[in-house]
Amino acid sequence: MSTLKMDLSSYKDLLKQYIETQNEQALYRAEQFSKHSIQQNISPDEIVDVHVQALSELYPDIPDNIMNSMNFLLETMISYGLAYQEYQALREKQYELQSEISVAANMQDTLLSTTKPNLEGLDIGVTSHPAKQMSGDYYHFVQDQKGSVGIAVADVIGKGIPAALCMSMIKYSMDSFPDEQMYPSSILEGMNWVVERNVDPSMFITMFYGLYDQASNHFYYSSAGHEPGFYYSAKNDEFSEIEAKGLVLGVDRSATYKQYETLVETGDMIVLLTDGVTECRAGERFIERDEISDVIHQYKHLPAQEITEQVYQHFERLQDFQLRDDFTMVIIRRDV
Amino acid sequence: MNLNINVDDNEKLKTVTLSGEIDAYTAPKLKETLLPLTQEDQAVVKVDLEGVSYMDSTGLGVFISALKSTKEYDSQLTLVKMNDRVYRLFEITGLTEIIDIETDSTVRGGM
Repeated sequence: MSTLKMDLSSYKDLLKQYIETQNEQALYRAEQFSKHSIQQNISPDEIVDVHVQALSELYPDIPDNIMNSMNFLLETMISYGLAYQEYQALREKQYELQSEISVAANMQDTLLSTTKPNLEGLDIGVTSHPAKQMSGDYYHFVQDQKGSVGIAVADVIGKGIPAALCMSMIKYSMDSFPDEQMYPSSILEGMNWVVERNVDPSMFITMFYGLYDQASNHFYYSSAGHEPGFYYSAKNDEFSEIEAKGLVLGVDRSATYKQYETLVETGDMIVLLTDGVTECRAGERFIERDEISDVIHQYKHLPAQEITEQVYQHFERLQDFQLRDDFTMVIIRRDV
Repeated sequence: MNLNINVDDNEKLKTVTLSGEIDAYTAPKLKETLLPLTQEDQAVVKVDLEGVSYMDSTGLGVFISALKSTKEYDSQLTLVKMNDRVYRLFEITGLTEIIDIETDSTVRGGM
């Protein structure tokens, strides 16, 4: 109020100038005045109040009915002003929450960070994008002493912050498995036990776990209800679905997970993904799984990392750059 | 898109008929309706999904919670008539093995 009071005389001059000349410049200054008032958190009723005072100083013999109508306007603006103040307070609160969420998202990145292994003869690419600030998708690489690489891809059902918190639990449980027990079926059985005991009944997790043994070029894998990936056979130049049956984690404590294995030949690719990729919509239409393998095929001459990025960009465009779900894709290709 | 929920609460059989989409926005409403039904002692609940054009994984979460409650309350849950896309979701997640699902002519999976 105090700044405004000081401005009373300048407002009066401005008003006088406008009433006498009705020129554009006065209007422009009025706009500046109103912007300045917003910055100073001055409410609309205070501006009306200044207007009434300026008016009565400029025209002392103003008719009573006009004066009364101005006071009436002042009263009307008071509740508007209160609502405006409330809005300002909420906006500040929202900024606060937003910055807290970005701190949490950064923390999630740090907690869940994993290093893509750099191995001779194996080309690995990974792209992961959250639909909102915090992701419910998760991928993790584990490299053991004997040259094997473990790859986990998981999706927490239930999105946003609770899902993200749940991910940290998954990560730390996985880290607690000793090296010699890193076989897919035993990992999923162990994880199922952890999730069943610790997670809310309506929340569950799908997970694919694969182990690539570089010594024999065998790929071992199991799935806990996870969206099937693709296997690309270079010899036949065709894609097939990686079929693996298993119940989602956290539903039945006694669930067991079948382990599958396949020999990976030179040039073959293993494509792992989350349902954010397959549930992608183009307008009202759902994309078909064939479209995904077609896009991968189109870019198969590129390094694995670039393929995953190209696929992501392709589906991002299809969805008008608005992801509905978190998107994660991992590609592992045997180079030699 | 919305989800319409219609409940026919007969003493012996409770039928829930759904039409529309089950996603993160509509799933809470479904949960509010379905769970009290399966949480009645020895209730027999049938959910008709014929009119469901789309379901995402949050929908699965609701049916998993309902299934868990049937064990606690000795009630029964059967899902009937769903389109292939919705069925595929139950199949991938391994839930066809533990939830009773019937389609028009065949019984797919069971307890």
